[in-house]
Amino acid sequence: MSENGSIRVIIPTPLRRFTDGQAQVNATGATVAEVLSDLDARFPGLKERICEPNGEIRRFVNVFVNGENVRKAQGAATPLKPGDEIGIIPAMAGGSHQSR
Amino acid sequence: MSQTAQTLHLPRSMREEIIAHARAESPRECCGVIAGQEGQLIQLFRLTNVAPGNTRYEVAPEELYRLERDFMEKGWEVAVIYHSHPATRAYPSETDVNLAFWPDAVYLICSLADPEAPDLRAFRIVDGQISEVTIAEA
Repeated sequence: MSENGSIRVIIPTPLRRFTDGQAQVNATGATVAEVLSDLDARFPGLKERICEPNGEIRRFVNVFVNGENVRKAQGAATPLKPGDEIGIIPAMAGGSHQSR
Repeated sequence: MSQTAQTLHLPRSMREEIIAHARAESPRECCGVIAGQEGQLIQLFRLTNVAPGNTRYEVAPEELYRLERDFMEKGWEVAVIYHSHPATRAYPSETDVNLAFWPDAVYLICSLADPEAPDLRAFRIVDGQISEVTIAEA
């Protein structure tokens, strides 16, 4: 809440190579999608890791707003207010299944 | 763990805990992580597999997010991601490779294909490339 409309974004280890190693960054936006676009302007390639080309959150990435999974809200369109905290986490998944 | 570390020093207690977890979840796959700090393994966490069926795993997203947040505050990292292959060999499947989103972690697989002789092997999976990491008892 240091800056007007500032949202804190927690960057997970696998995506810190896009943020020069920073674990937390600040961004602005009225929705999750706007914040991710704001970040992408400074950290190119980050949004593509999180969103499909149509802007929806990728199947194997989860985004949280104040600890709540946005899949249970409005996805990328989930509204934000100043002081909110966004968390991003790639899936930890796999298994012996052989797709063919 | 540095990107180039090709030996995983795994304490016997953690090895036994992974085997016990794999047996407890069988025929489903188990999953969990080992926290590390400066190359040392610190603590093992059993995690919840929310994937359906017996040939997949996906850590419960909420659980994973809380854990990552907690690790960040403690200065820990996800050093090892483990899961079991209850009926197949301890080698990354196509699914394991396609869904390897944590290139800094060592992926450890515990096979129960021979129930009497669990087999543990470890790998780095980076950009679709698999490289084996030697497991040494610490």
